[in-house]
Amino acid sequence: MKICDSWLQEHVAHRLDPEALSRRLTMLGLEVDAVALAGQPLERVVVGRVVALRRHPNADKLSLCQVDVGGGEPLGIVCGAPNVREGGLYATALEGARLPGGLVIKPTRLRGEPSAGMLCSARELGLESSVDGLLELDVDAVPGSDVTTLLKLGDPVLDLNITPNRADCFSILGVAREVATLEATPLAAAAPQAVPATISDALAINLADAAACPRFAGRVMRGLRADAVTPLWMRERLRRCGIRPIHPVVDVTNYVMLELGQPMHAYDLARLDGPITARLASPGETCVLLDGQEVEPGPDVLVIADAAGPVGLAGIMGGQRTAVSATTRDIFLEAAFFAPAAMAGRARRFGLHTDASLRFERGVDPTLPVHAIERATGLLLAIAGGQPGPVIDRQEPDQLPLRKPVRLRRARLGQLLGLEIAAGQVQDILQRLRMQVEPAAEGWLVTPPAARFDIEREEDLIEEVARVHGYERIPVQPGLATVQPAAVGEVPDPARHAAVLLVARGYQEAITYSFIEPGLAARFGADPAAALELANPISADLAVMRQSLWPGLVLAARENLRRQQPRVRLFETGARYLGRGPQAHEEERCIAGIACGSRLPEQWGERAQPVDVFDVKADVEVLLVQGGRLGQLAFEAAVHPALHPGRSARIRVAGRDAGWIGELHPALAAELELPGTILFELQLAVLARPRPAYAGFSQLPAVRRDIALLVAREVPAADLLAVVRGATPAALLRDVFVFDIYTGPQVGSTEKSIAIGLILQDTSRTLTDEEANGVLQGVTAALGREFQARIRQ
Amino acid sequence: MDALEGLMSRARAAVAGAADLAALDEVRVRFLGKKGELTALLKNLGTLPAAERPAAGQAINVARDAVTAALDQRRSLLEQQQLAASLAAERVDLTLPGRGATAGGEHPVSRSLVRIEAIFRGAGFAVHEGPEIEDDFHNFTALNIPENHPARAMHDTFYFPGGRLLRTHTSPVQIRALRAQGAPIRLIAPGRVYRCDSDMTHTPMFHQVEGLVVDRGVSFASLKAVLHEFVERFFERPAQLRFRPSYFPFTEPSAEVDVLADSGRWLEILGCGMVHPEVLRQAGVDPEEFTGYAFGMGVERLTMLRYGVDDLRLFFDNDLRFLRQFN
Repeated sequence: MKICDSWLQEHVAHRLDPEALSRRLTMLGLEVDAVALAGQPLERVVVGRVVALRRHPNADKLSLCQVDVGGGEPLGIVCGAPNVREGGLYATALEGARLPGGLVIKPTRLRGEPSAGMLCSARELGLESSVDGLLELDVDAVPGSDVTTLLKLGDPVLDLNITPNRADCFSILGVAREVATLEATPLAAAAPQAVPATISDALAINLADAAACPRFAGRVMRGLRADAVTPLWMRERLRRCGIRPIHPVVDVTNYVMLELGQPMHAYDLARLDGPITARLASPGETCVLLDGQEVEPGPDVLVIADAAGPVGLAGIMGGQRTAVSATTRDIFLEAAFFAPAAMAGRARRFGLHTDASLRFERGVDPTLPVHAIERATGLLLAIAGGQPGPVIDRQEPDQLPLRKPVRLRRARLGQLLGLEIAAGQVQDILQRLRMQVEPAAEGWLVTPPAARFDIEREEDLIEEVARVHGYERIPVQPGLATVQPAAVGEVPDPARHAAVLLVARGYQEAITYSFIEPGLAARFGADPAAALELANPISADLAVMRQSLWPGLVLAARENLRRQQPRVRLFETGARYLGRGPQAHEEERCIAGIACGSRLPEQWGERAQPVDVFDVKADVEVLLVQGGRLGQLAFEAAVHPALHPGRSARIRVAGRDAGWIGELHPALAAELELPGTILFELQLAVLARPRPAYAGFSQLPAVRRDIALLVAREVPAADLLAVVRGATPAALLRDVFVFDIYTGPQVGSTEKSIAIGLILQDTSRTLTDEEANGVLQGVTAALGREFQARIRQ
Repeated sequence: MDALEGLMSRARAAVAGAADLAALDEVRVRFLGKKGELTALLKNLGTLPAAERPAAGQAINVARDAVTAALDQRRSLLEQQQLAASLAAERVDLTLPGRGATAGGEHPVSRSLVRIEAIFRGAGFAVHEGPEIEDDFHNFTALNIPENHPARAMHDTFYFPGGRLLRTHTSPVQIRALRAQGAPIRLIAPGRVYRCDSDMTHTPMFHQVEGLVVDRGVSFASLKAVLHEFVERFFERPAQLRFRPSYFPFTEPSAEVDVLADSGRWLEILGCGMVHPEVLRQAGVDPEEFTGYAFGMGVERLTMLRYGVDDLRLFFDNDLRFLRQFN
């Protein structure tokens, strides 16, 4: 919310400069986002009165004006504005004036006619405006006087960020109360002067839902002048506070809202049909709002209705049917109290967020309506004349919000803040906040003023005392805490440990969005039954929760390739999301990686080779070694929709699925422009290392035996090794590994040669050659039985 | 004895003239071998008169020792030369880079998370995690933000059909932990959070770290102390902080914390406050016995300040040219 200091000063005569004011307000909890001047100071721009006007002889759209700028001969000025008229008062830039746009005024000739200066529009004066044409100054402006002073362009404008709890601060008066509290200075007179009725016209008001609308004040005004214009000072104040001037009646209601915080509405009396009722909307009922939108309010929305139906959404926006217009002469003014509970969320439902709904949702001072009516009447009389009727004030006092007394214990205050504040000071602060304070056991009983909807419990009062006393006065004082060391597993943070390992192997960590494009998700095998689609995605390509980290990594890799980064290694840790219902485990934390480009960065000692699945498998094995899972690990050939069917494996740990590894399917790779890309994804849960246990080791010499086999090509190495393990006495087998593979002309087209090394060792004695050879014979026999494997001679 | 002297001088010349170890060995054989010249002289001792033998024998022994010493010295020299030559031949250019891949690096946001966790772990905080797909109760209601509360409008929540949502802050973790564990409690909860907002200064996903301490005698003064310590440790420099009154539905009193930047401007870095008694009560903790504080910080914001990153969106572009600057 924007406020201007000149207006504030009318309510509280403070002596703070703009910087001090904004600092103090900020430290009081009314954060000042920005301070600006109402306008740039203008030199040599004065009030000018057009004393004579004629058409330019050579241009239809230009006028020749004689302008009185106070004393001396009138200046001849050529003007192109359509709204220039004889007798009009305008901001006149004299020779040497520099306008905010950078224009420097000098005498010139326009189409042959001399022009000694310029008559200015609001925009040319640096005032934001959507209105074209010259800025009309008020009739009492004195020719020759300084426009900067007249318009108070040096007036500081503060942009305040009001938190939702401080409904009472959505007005000049509200901020003035805060300043008065802060500076311990008095507020100007609170209640506006009552304006007596000169006619007896009134409208009946029915409070059909007193819980939602327990108070409704109104007044008829007749005979407003047709030629009334909003005075410049009011237009300027509205503009400074961010509201566009529209119509004198609307401007006055907005002005009163900004000043007092009471939203108002004005109806064209001629278009109102009968008595006014504040009631809940009937089913099916519709209303066309001021913005042209037709809405169906629904039965939990409060409307203001006349005999013909709704004339507006209460506290949100008025209706088009009864809107004031250029032809309006008689009006009905409304200032009501609508309960926050009945307002909450309603405006949003219609895509609306209005100055009125903002205030009513948070709570408006229920004592304000009649003050607002009187204030608006006084302003309107001055601007547009007319005859006011009596103020109508319907209320259901039982339903009006009542500020209940709240207990404040002195000990609690000191304990919560960690600061002792003297009792007298506490009482003084509360009283400056216009609270009623009564002494009570252990402290006080405090009744907040009507506007303070946010004071309901002791802590609210403690915050009030603290913020006025000053948060900066609360000491910095470490407290004693119960020490509870956290549980620490074998590897304290397996996910981070895994990240460090991948970093050491050349991977760069990425963070991609948790939501992805549904089509891409499907390409990567997302299960439609487990899809978690957002109801309100920010865009179509961020619409469904990922079931794999791969799509995000693939897109990141592709963007990097496009940015001339030919070798990419990326990994990410994060959840994949499986819609299994709220009770199930839906978020599975994973670590996933992508590799494309050459195996190694281009270098002097190694031949460039594309990365392949075994490079990445080594990376995955490193993670599983740190997870202590190598012995329980299996890579089983399996088909994944995103992977090359002959180059992919399901990773299993201790017999359970733990992830995938493989080459991106060539079709997908071509489509995504990511040839030769390797991917892996591993559940983080399998990296929580079990506790290692020491088992001793043999001091005796080990014996190595190698066997070279011929076996069908499709037999997996892991199966061969499993049989070798099975055929060797476990107590003797220290290690078994493949150390060579050959396929080619020497072994035919269906077989491969595979060389396996065994390390044998006993714990109690040195193995003899005979024993070692015996083991080997058993192994060979088993391999022959299981796979028709033959010893290669 | 002339013969001996002649032999000696020939031996010395031969030793000095041996160009390599093989030649030197030939010299040794020629003079000291079984059929060597000095050996021959010794064998001839018996032909001398008995009276001359001792002197002649001694002279030959002296000569043999001298030749042996000369040979050893020369061998040592030749060996040294040979070593020097082979070392020179084995020289490599160590200005060339090491073989294989160099290390990658952690994401700057992760670096911050790791450091934040380390700082708080050191201060006795446990690290908790919670679900990112939350329900309305934990994300809002239990945090004293009932339906239609104006504070909800500040959250721009992503919803799933059926009403569940992506958590808008890490605060629900404090509710879950407090309900599960009760007081006293001392935790931080780092993680991803989501808001339906995307522009220059907002991304629809970002990271927060929530902190919660509930214990006996916890006060605003202790909250100030913890955050002072944290900020100075995170930025590794003395910091000036400003606690300014603000509003969060789940804390009372509440504050925003600003840090004074080198530019002289105050920069907002986190929000905090004393845990609202209703939040404690809903979690089954007696607010008369226990008090607590909570704080929440945006990790990207802290990361930007620490490393001088000027565009939030860079964190999620995953551009290697950006990421590698933190390696």
